[in-house]
Amino acid sequence: MVTAFEAVSKVVDPELRVVTIAELGILRAVDESEGRVTVTITPTYSGCPAMDAIRDDIRQALARHGFTEVEVKTVLSPAWSTDMITASGHEALHRAGIAPPGSTACPHCSSAKTLQISRYASTPCQALHRCLGCAEPFNAVKTL
Amino acid sequence: MTGPLELADDALIAAQRLSEWVSRAPTLEEDVALANIALDQLGVARLLLQSLGDEDELAYGRGDGEFRNCLLVELPLGPARGDLDFGWTVVWLLFLAAAQKLRYEASGDPVAAGGGSGGRGLAEGGLAEGGSGGRGSGGRGLAEGGLAEGGSGSVKEVAAKAVKESAYHLDHATQWTIRLGDGTPESHRRVQEAVHELWPYTHELTEGIREDWLSIVEPVLAEATLTRPESEGWRPSGGRGGRHTEHLSYLLAEMQALHRAHPGAQW
Repeated sequence: MVTAFEAVSKVVDPELRVVTIAELGILRAVDESEGRVTVTITPTYSGCPAMDAIRDDIRQALARHGFTEVEVKTVLSPAWSTDMITASGHEALHRAGIAPPGSTACPHCSSAKTLQISRYASTPCQALHRCLGCAEPFNAVKTL
Repeated sequence: MTGPLELADDALIAAQRLSEWVSRAPTLEEDVALANIALDQLGVARLLLQSLGDEDELAYGRGDGEFRNCLLVELPLGPARGDLDFGWTVVWLLFLAAAQKLRYEASGDPVAAGGGSGGRGLAEGGLAEGGSGGRGSGGRGLAEGGLAEGGSGSVKEVAAKAVKESAYHLDHATQWTIRLGDGTPESHRRVQEAVHELWPYTHELTEGIREDWLSIVEPVLAEATLTRPESEGWRPSGGRGGRHTEHLSYLLAEMQALHRAHPGAQW
């Protein structure tokens, strides 16, 4: 029997599908009382377009495990920071070829010689880099 | 006076203007950058509007006279209506982001922003203190003004997030201002013209935070080999009181047309 917390913790980020919302620090709390589940999340960037998808995914994940009375609350404080990404989150990003926040080493060949091509990339939270060692481009999660 | 509605409208109109660059920017990377900055602005606008009422009604249902954005953000991104001048946009963003960062910093910590002003109402936080030179007086009084204090979506909480994003916007605009100002004769001419044309609008933008704002912007202009106007003569304003230029009418017409034609539509 899966608990509400277990079900929600496994919800992956809709964009960075290799990390869960728990690993990213988006998931703040899951409270269950008398069959009613209250999930508290926090947005990363103010304009993050993935938040609606995350809310839907949370409801679906809970519904799959029999939790149908669900409230998803969004809090803004304390403000999300990349410091909240867990160690396993860092590893998952790195394995997927995305440099985790605080690191600009090439996730492909580990070279420290990389260049930031653009401060803004495929999502508000990422920047685009190129490795001067292996010449591959890679995304890097920006420190916030 | 710059309360939450003023900040929200600044961000909303700025987002709409910046979006005009999508598919038209000089490089692919810059297209993405400007779209991302616009998205950040829109996100902050939405959070602030949600704390004030129905975000859709506020964004799509108000007429020109009810908007409280400063005039700077509604201006075309170039010398004439319909223009898209990249150098102009860079200077516009420099001026705007520097002001927004200061305002969000002040909102996030009203007590630290000026000391001893606790308990003042919204109306006393800005104008009554006297214009330029009042350190921190422009953005204060926001969290004290009767909105959700510390609850989810309070101005203080939104500002705490917005200030970090503003820092990135300011940095982006700073780097481009320097690159273009200290660039070719063509790029220098374009950004220099933008500085002169936009400067009069910065007074309304920086009401109460002028000195701090100058301390951010002037070094950037200097490094970019740009000069600022000597005389501070003409100071257009009125945006904070709902008296706008014709440019806002065109902008709102485009922004609101769909919602007004099909109220409540979803897809």
